[in-house]
Amino acid sequence: MENLVNIFVKSVFIDNMIFAYFLGMCSYLAVSKTVKTSTGLGIAVIFVLGFTVPVDYLIHNYLLKEGALVWISDSFADVDLSFLSFIIFIAIIASMVQLVEMIIEKFSPTLYNSLGIFLPLIAVNCAILGGSLFMQEREYNNIAEATVFGLGSGVGWFLAIVGIAAIREKIRYSNVPDPLKGLGITFIITGLMGIAFMGFMGIKL
Amino acid sequence: MSAEKEPLFSSKNIKLLTEPLNDSNPITVQVLGICSALAVTVKVKPAFVMALSVVVVMAVSNVVISLLRKTVPPRIRIIVQLVVIAAMVILVDQVLKAFLFDISKQLSVFVGLIITNCIIMGRLEAFALSNKPWQSFLDGLGNAAGYGVILIIVAFFRELLGSGTVWGYKVIPESVYDFGYENNGLMILPPMALIVVGAIIWVQRARNKKLVESN
Repeated sequence: MENLVNIFVKSVFIDNMIFAYFLGMCSYLAVSKTVKTSTGLGIAVIFVLGFTVPVDYLIHNYLLKEGALVWISDSFADVDLSFLSFIIFIAIIASMVQLVEMIIEKFSPTLYNSLGIFLPLIAVNCAILGGSLFMQEREYNNIAEATVFGLGSGVGWFLAIVGIAAIREKIRYSNVPDPLKGLGITFIITGLMGIAFMGFMGIKL
Repeated sequence: MSAEKEPLFSSKNIKLLTEPLNDSNPITVQVLGICSALAVTVKVKPAFVMALSVVVVMAVSNVVISLLRKTVPPRIRIIVQLVVIAAMVILVDQVLKAFLFDISKQLSVFVGLIITNCIIMGRLEAFALSNKPWQSFLDGLGNAAGYGVILIIVAFFRELLGSGTVWGYKVIPESVYDFGYENNGLMILPPMALIVVGAIIWVQRARNKKLVESN
């Protein structure tokens, strides 16, 4: 249990998808103009990550990695299908996003309209594929750890995008030099937020 | 019924190559492909390899999708694009693992993340689906080159100021270190990449007033 909490806190603050690895920056920069759309997108990302990472964990362990196919027959012990992981993970992610899109359209049409094109763009959000690839690289011990990692990464992304949206709403009335307005100042502020988050690095639970 | 065949390197075609280098740079203007631009720029060598990989994937995917553009039904075009890109990336990944193993380890998941690199999808949707193969090839080359230029600039500053080397070769002489100069450890850390790109955007927009956002 303590291990799970450890992984969760680590993926929210220390291994934050945006500030430590820069995954999901494109939609992060494009959607963070208002807090409302950012909250909506952030929650969608938590959902998608929370589902795709465990599913990809199962696929990786029982289908793709070296020796995974032994449950079919012992002669498959040295079959290594991990080169297929990119295509299969993307397929899972694309279908999950389609599902989330249908759910949001049904339960909150206003959110659906305000997110617009960015909802289907979650499918190519590097944070989602990155989550699965990190899970694959780190070799978690069981599905609980993988799920907690997925949810934690989603929550970390959510915190980052809501934070920058709140700041962007405020600095709209500040004296930003013209060439920096909009994109430039957002980059610099995100960098400063990243430095702040690095303060969490030494925490041991 | 035959239209005038445009020369291979007409000025319109050359524009496809040169515009993304500055005026419509994918990273600083179109805001695409940011993720990998920040993560792999700690040193110049991995940044260069990454840029090269993106050039290869983009050029080939653009040509393939452009050749298929009349036969793909609109409903499944995203899936077709993803499959083409993923296949190319798997190829590039295997080649990197075979010939440049230590750089491949440094790039780790970011080679796989070329699949979700918004530049590739973005240009496929915006250009390759409605243009001829040669133009799509040039467009892919130009945008990937624009992406690569920013990558190398950021990596250059981060490596120079952060470790005193460029491409692994020591550039700052010992005498400067003895004088009291220290490598700026902050440059190696991820957040500085964001600030360096912010500075690049500042310089670019100060020189080119048209790109300034009015809000």
